Amino acid sequence: MANEVCFRTMHLDEPWTLEAYKSVGGYKVWRDILKNKTPANDIIEQLKTSALRGRGGAGFPTGLKWSFMPRGMPGQKYVVCNSDEGEPGTFKDRDILRFNPHQLIEGMAIGGYVMTATVGYNYMRGEFYEPFARMEQALKEAYDEGLLGKNILDSGIDFDLYNHMGAGAYICGEETALIESLEGKKGQPRFKPPFPANYGVFGRPTNVNNTESYASVPVILQHGGQWFLDLGIPNNGGTKIFSVSGHIKQPGNYEVAMGMPFKDLLQQCGGMRGDKPLKAVIPGGSSSPVLPASVMMDITMDYDAIGKAGSMVGSGAVMVIEEGTCMVELAARTAHFYYEESCGQCTPCREGTGWMSRVLHRILDGEGKIEDLDNLQDIADNIMGRTICALGDAAAMPMGGFLKHYKHEFEHMIRTGRRWVDDQQNAA
Amino acid sequence: MSSEDPKRLTTMISAKAIEEIEHWRSKYPADRKRPPIIAALKVVQAENENWLSEEHMKAVADYLDVPHIAVFEVATFYTMFHLKPVGKNVISVCTNLSCMMCGSDKIVEHLQSRLGIKLGETTSDGQFSLKEVECMAACGGAPMLEASEIYHENLTPEKVDSILNDLGWEA
Repeated sequence: MANEVCFRTMHLDEPWTLEAYKSVGGYKVWRDILKNKTPANDIIEQLKTSALRGRGGAGFPTGLKWSFMPRGMPGQKYVVCNSDEGEPGTFKDRDILRFNPHQLIEGMAIGGYVMTATVGYNYMRGEFYEPFARMEQALKEAYDEGLLGKNILDSGIDFDLYNHMGAGAYICGEETALIESLEGKKGQPRFKPPFPANYGVFGRPTNVNNTESYASVPVILQHGGQWFLDLGIPNNGGTKIFSVSGHIKQPGNYEVAMGMPFKDLLQQCGGMRGDKPLKAVIPGGSSSPVLPASVMMDITMDYDAIGKAGSMVGSGAVMVIEEGTCMVELAARTAHFYYEESCGQCTPCREGTGWMSRVLHRILDGEGKIEDLDNLQDIADNIMGRTICALGDAAAMPMGGFLKHYKHEFEHMIRTGRRWVDDQQNAA
Repeated sequence: MSSEDPKRLTTMISAKAIEEIEHWRSKYPADRKRPPIIAALKVVQAENENWLSEEHMKAVADYLDVPHIAVFEVATFYTMFHLKPVGKNVISVCTNLSCMMCGSDKIVEHLQSRLGIKLGETTSDGQFSLKEVECMAACGGAPMLEASEIYHENLTPEKVDSILNDLGWEA
């Protein structure tokens, strides 16, 4: 049971073409909607039944999000796709865009119909040159086929879709920063409320979903919400693409059933890269707290199980870490990332991410003090929940994970100036 | 003083580049002036040896009929814009978690020694710049770099050599 949803064209030659997409039943749902004018509520109900949750990281139920849009309100509304993939460890949206762009187009068109939005923007990160080219080609094919535009296939329904590109800023993956960026400004998040469903792009009602979320919709509607739900486990419906990287034999994207035991996923990826055993896993991108091997080997890959273990599914970026890896170095690199990417709007995040990064690099340089560890936790606690957007939380959460499970490595380095993993190896 | 000739940009870049900016402009509501700023700056940067001078930024602002500050804000916020001269080829190498775990430090070391520059520097002949970047969403092919709009994945020192050769580096 793999590659059934967003990657359903993956086995074909040139899976990105309209021909390939049609051969797996692509655009059937869209044509059906255009013909029968399927009531929007029916579609939302199917999505709710499917338990599809936002695949960008927040995990918010997609059907519910769609229901928030003021559909009856007159005036322009927008659907926007967040293809600003940048959470370290994540590389799934890039492959949807490169290998199955039409399914994203179909998903967004359906979203536009349901939420009475006649214009859509697909916001891709600026470095996505190849995905952009594929998306442009796919859009052209879809327009030529008469599947987009005005009065589509004489249905009276309009939907125009445009590809937009960013220019290098992790923060634009936050939906209100993305909206600001789409409007041609710095990507600084907006205070919420108002939420985008009421005040989004150009001040108009806007629905923002992740690439994988939109691309899941056509398949869910084709087979029904219950079918999708049954692929996974209750409350964690369907399949999920896990981007597996790090010390793994066959890194890559794996679209598998939600609720799959982690040890099975590890096996599917060929196991560990070298001879060293698994030490830990960062299960949901760099924002998610690290979990030790002993915990991971016992849990399943879904929102509830990973959440209960103290981390999160996030974007599905599974970073596999072997024994012998220094956790102080990983923590310092993580902190540096958030310091680089903080937009600078909120003081706790702007200052706190820099403090954490500097303290951790001081420890790496052998200048650490034992009270630094309390300071790190204190800084993290004072960022958490005190910023406009979740980047602050994303910087704070992983720090807690590293300190909770690997405090001894930090203490060792502070006391001796050496890496704990080296001394362990030498002692063995 | 700041209200310059809006047509000035058309004398600074090619007609094709202007056409490209107009194509981007057509994607957004006609009454909105700012949405094409990012795309316009990219087009201009590509025609100006990979960087944006203050004059270029002002010309873009005047062309799009927005305040200069609106363009400065954007140009200084996003990492893909270079506000100082850089090499003809900018090599962006990722050192984030997955790449780090797969040996990006050795790739950086190799690039530095081959080019004779450090991260953030440009070769004296102005041909190459080396830039450390954050995750580019290709962690399955870690370690990776981007050069001339192409992702190169699963890097080894040998692969880096062949990339540099293809880009015309001879030293």
